[in-house]
Amino acid sequence: MNPESLSFIFLSAFLINNFVLAMFLGLCPFVGVSAKRDTAFNMSLATAFVMFISSLCAYGINWILTSYQLEFLRLISYIAIIASAVQLVEMVLKKFSPTLFRALGIFLPLITTNCAILGVALFQTARQYDFFQSIAFSLGAGAGFALAIMLMAGLREKLELSKLPNITQAAALSMMLAGILSMTFMGFAGLGGQI
Amino acid sequence: MKQNEQVPISLQDFTAGLWKENPVFVMMLGLCPVLAVTNTVENALGMGIATLFVLVCSNALVSALRHFIPKQVRITTYIVIIATFVTLVDYIIQAISLDLYNKLGAFIQLIVVNCLILGRAEAFASKNSFGRSVVSATGMGLGFTLALIMLGGVRELLGAGQLLGYPVFSDQFEPWVVMILPPGGFIVLGCWLLLINYVKQRRSTSAIKQELAASHCTVPQRH
Repeated sequence: MNPESLSFIFLSAFLINNFVLAMFLGLCPFVGVSAKRDTAFNMSLATAFVMFISSLCAYGINWILTSYQLEFLRLISYIAIIASAVQLVEMVLKKFSPTLFRALGIFLPLITTNCAILGVALFQTARQYDFFQSIAFSLGAGAGFALAIMLMAGLREKLELSKLPNITQAAALSMMLAGILSMTFMGFAGLGGQI
Repeated sequence: MKQNEQVPISLQDFTAGLWKENPVFVMMLGLCPVLAVTNTVENALGMGIATLFVLVCSNALVSALRHFIPKQVRITTYIVIIATFVTLVDYIIQAISLDLYNKLGAFIQLIVVNCLILGRAEAFASKNSFGRSVVSATGMGLGFTLALIMLGGVRELLGAGQLLGYPVFSDQFEPWVVMILPPGGFIVLGCWLLLINYVKQRRSTSAIKQELAASHCTVPQRH
């Protein structure tokens, strides 16, 4: 497959180089919010939306910064964009879906420090994606994040019903599960390999 | 906020971050770089030192400015302070070693969103004196580096049969390639956590046993 094509960029971010399981981005919500399936679903929707918005804005900002040769401001402006996008999502949710707003609670403002979102903005700049490639990349990354966190939530809901030794409490078991999930995702490397 | 001002610097501020409140193994903060760049000890060390620098500098500045930062915009201010130091580190590493810079990739810039740094700025530096904040941040940063090296050591040893680039095993050793790949990171961290839980549990049960034994000995004497 042509590595420049939109479908490959989407698939690469979604499965082959899954943001959580292969690139290790966004692990805090992956461990923190994956206890229940419906919270995990809402969280991943909000994250994917913020990812999409901030990727679009990052593309524009990067264009402005490079035309004025102000690349050293990139990091600070990206983080400012993401913080405002999260604020926007927070306001929209509060207005249109107060129940969802309450369900997400503290995790909503924490999306700002989700490294997957800054990761999308930084990687699309480093790989010099154009506008449509950036869109495909951010959609793929959001879908990949949602897939990983939903799989994890499903597994953890099943595990609650099973008997486990005491030492697997807290995050130790989640890490082992993530390792096994990540190993299965390595199988997708056959679709096109690493970039 | 006021009552913390007079507390002197103590050794405990420093040692807490090293083991008892280790940011990785106990608080589970800043996991992304922990897993992403620990495929060799060298990368782990580079990442650890970069994080240590950003952590100490940003916490020092946050603590020095804590009376001037308005409460409503404090998180934004902290993020901007952190982003400034990360940009500095980014350029410094490029100047010192381009090789290391290419290996760490975007993860240097991603130090900005390391929850450990923002967490310490909010929970400690914004409430404590300059000296204590610097000491505590140094301890936390060293604890973070220690955890990175513990992971990187195991992964490099098993995954490549090397340590810091020097071969450890004879030629017959077949490297466990999976340890260098992403799943290895999750599994090695999981194993460390299991080991730490096991040690903790043994300690607490042996403490209970000793208490029971002690109380058992005293019972006959009372009669």
